[in-house]
Amino acid sequence: MGENLLDIENLSVIYRTDDAYIYAVNGVDMSVKNGETLGLVGETGAGKTTAALAIMKLLPERIGIVKSGKITLAGIDITRATEHEMEAIRGNAVSMIFQDPMTSLNPTITVGRQIAEVLQLHEKGKSHGEISRSVDEMMELVGIPPHRKNEYPHQFSGGMKQRIVIAIALACKPKLLIADEPTTALDVTIQDQVLEMMNDLKERLGTSMILITHDLGVVAQTCDRVSIMYAGEIIESGGVEEIFDGKKRHPYTSGLFGSIPNIKIAARRLNPIDGLMPDPASLPAGCGFFERCPKKMASCGQKPPLFAARGGGHVIRCWLYGGDARQGDGSWAL
Amino acid sequence: MIRYIGQRLLMMIPVILGISFIIFSIMNLTKGDPARLILGEGATLEAIEAKREELGLNDAFIVRYAKYIARVAIGDFGRSYRTDAPVSEEIFSRFPTTFYIAFLGILFATLFAVPVGVISAVKQYSAIDIITTVVAMLLTSMPGFFVGMLLILSFALMLRIFPATGIGTWRHFILPSLSVASVTMANFIRMTRSTMLEVIRQDYVRTARAKGASMRRVIFTHCLRNSLLPVVTVVGINFGVQLGGTIMIEAVFAIPGLGTYMINAIRQKDIPAVMGSVIFAAIVAGIINLAVDILYAYIDPRVKSHYERFTKRGRRNAQRS
Repeated sequence: MGENLLDIENLSVIYRTDDAYIYAVNGVDMSVKNGETLGLVGETGAGKTTAALAIMKLLPERIGIVKSGKITLAGIDITRATEHEMEAIRGNAVSMIFQDPMTSLNPTITVGRQIAEVLQLHEKGKSHGEISRSVDEMMELVGIPPHRKNEYPHQFSGGMKQRIVIAIALACKPKLLIADEPTTALDVTIQDQVLEMMNDLKERLGTSMILITHDLGVVAQTCDRVSIMYAGEIIESGGVEEIFDGKKRHPYTSGLFGSIPNIKIAARRLNPIDGLMPDPASLPAGCGFFERCPKKMASCGQKPPLFAARGGGHVIRCWLYGGDARQGDGSWAL
Repeated sequence: MIRYIGQRLLMMIPVILGISFIIFSIMNLTKGDPARLILGEGATLEAIEAKREELGLNDAFIVRYAKYIARVAIGDFGRSYRTDAPVSEEIFSRFPTTFYIAFLGILFATLFAVPVGVISAVKQYSAIDIITTVVAMLLTSMPGFFVGMLLILSFALMLRIFPATGIGTWRHFILPSLSVASVTMANFIRMTRSTMLEVIRQDYVRTARAKGASMRRVIFTHCLRNSLLPVVTVVGINFGVQLGGTIMIEAVFAIPGLGTYMINAIRQKDIPAVMGSVIFAAIVAGIINLAVDILYAYIDPRVKSHYERFTKRGRRNAQRS
């Protein structure tokens, strides 16, 4: 598929600690088309951020290791790129927005200079005045008066800080923007503004986006396609309509939707998915969701399920849909 | 900012009063008659009594303290019991020596420790880091006078590069400064390393890396400044301490500094000299602390805006009253 901006094949990442290997990402396949927004959904610890950091090649040194897989971004094989090559790619072809805007800006440098830095790094030919003008432009774009560029991060509110972070991320007009829970740390009214702005800028600049979130509402509002991660694997992937339509879903996805409180139903309690995600240091042999699955079958605990296609790019990794699809010759009837 | 500095200077007054009162009490309420010490064992009772009257020792304790403070307030620290020279003159004649040694020592230590600490943190667990940690541990566990003696032995006696004792040329200051540096350096290295390690793990460092900045650039433009605050504190405190005089190092190198002056004064119950040098050391420490706090404001804009708020509040209160 030549139109894919980002292709991830069979990515596995482990964290090596003193006494254990943590299997954070296990054989993930992902692709993002030009101009598309992919939602990466899953609970805390599912490996979403790790996958994103692997794309940026910013996994913690010596601890985070890409065990296998290939990441291709705009034709460049990231897994083989040197650190020096990555420095030219980061902030330029791919940018990342981190979760907490309160801590992601340097407290001792003015916001203007922090935006200017990314331009200085990647647009070396530009003069001082041109960079200054671009900074003003970016600030205006994210809705912050440019005259405030000589102020320090602590003089801005959380929502404004996140706007500045977005300005930094988009300053060099990257092809891909990875937003790691960009609105989780903000309050709801600001969340909406920031999301809308990101959507708008993304359209205007033609940027593709990976939006990492655990908020299905945010996904519905912004994404074209969704991948749902669980215990380091993608367990379901498809267009927003197919996933939200909900005729055929992975039991985990059903659980996620089931745990959204509904104001029309006078439920006294929330409806969570019981249990915890398996310990990533010792993953079970079979399906990762086995212990918590309401529809589990005896065979689920023995062998990990494979993807079953439901048509239209919708795939589900569950024996419910794949178990019966095995044909006489061992191939899948998809 | 200027208002803040003024307020801080005013706040030093009660501190100095407190310190001076404690030292004055200790010196006057402990055993030993200064008059007898001045006149020697063979003095007659009449002579001692006359001396006591002359020194004002027959007044009540609190009256003596009040009189002393009143004189200090106009800059008169009295005359030394031993030499009869004005205490302030004696202190000021010795201060430059102590200052040079302390300043050079702290300068050497900082110039060496900060880069080493940074490298050690950036290359955590590498051979360089381990060597640095071991050396820092070694330096902490070696007392300054011991390092001083080693330096004399090697550079003065064996290599004959620097003089062993006394003061005079700049060459005399090198070995004492290096001793001071060796004592303080370990502290600086460990402080730099640990704050650097903390700063490197900050989110904004990851943001900077995500912009495409190289690790070297990130360390220089983003980490260094943020990790400086605790280092500046430790450097400031150590500088203040060293300015009060280092008895051990002055003794090893036979340097007439403030430390020796103070120790001799205490031994001979030379109350004006002890009081004078303690108050002087307290003022110096206070000024260094203030300088460190002002430096904070230039390193971290958040601190600066805090100071500005502090002063504004002060002004509001002033208007209200």
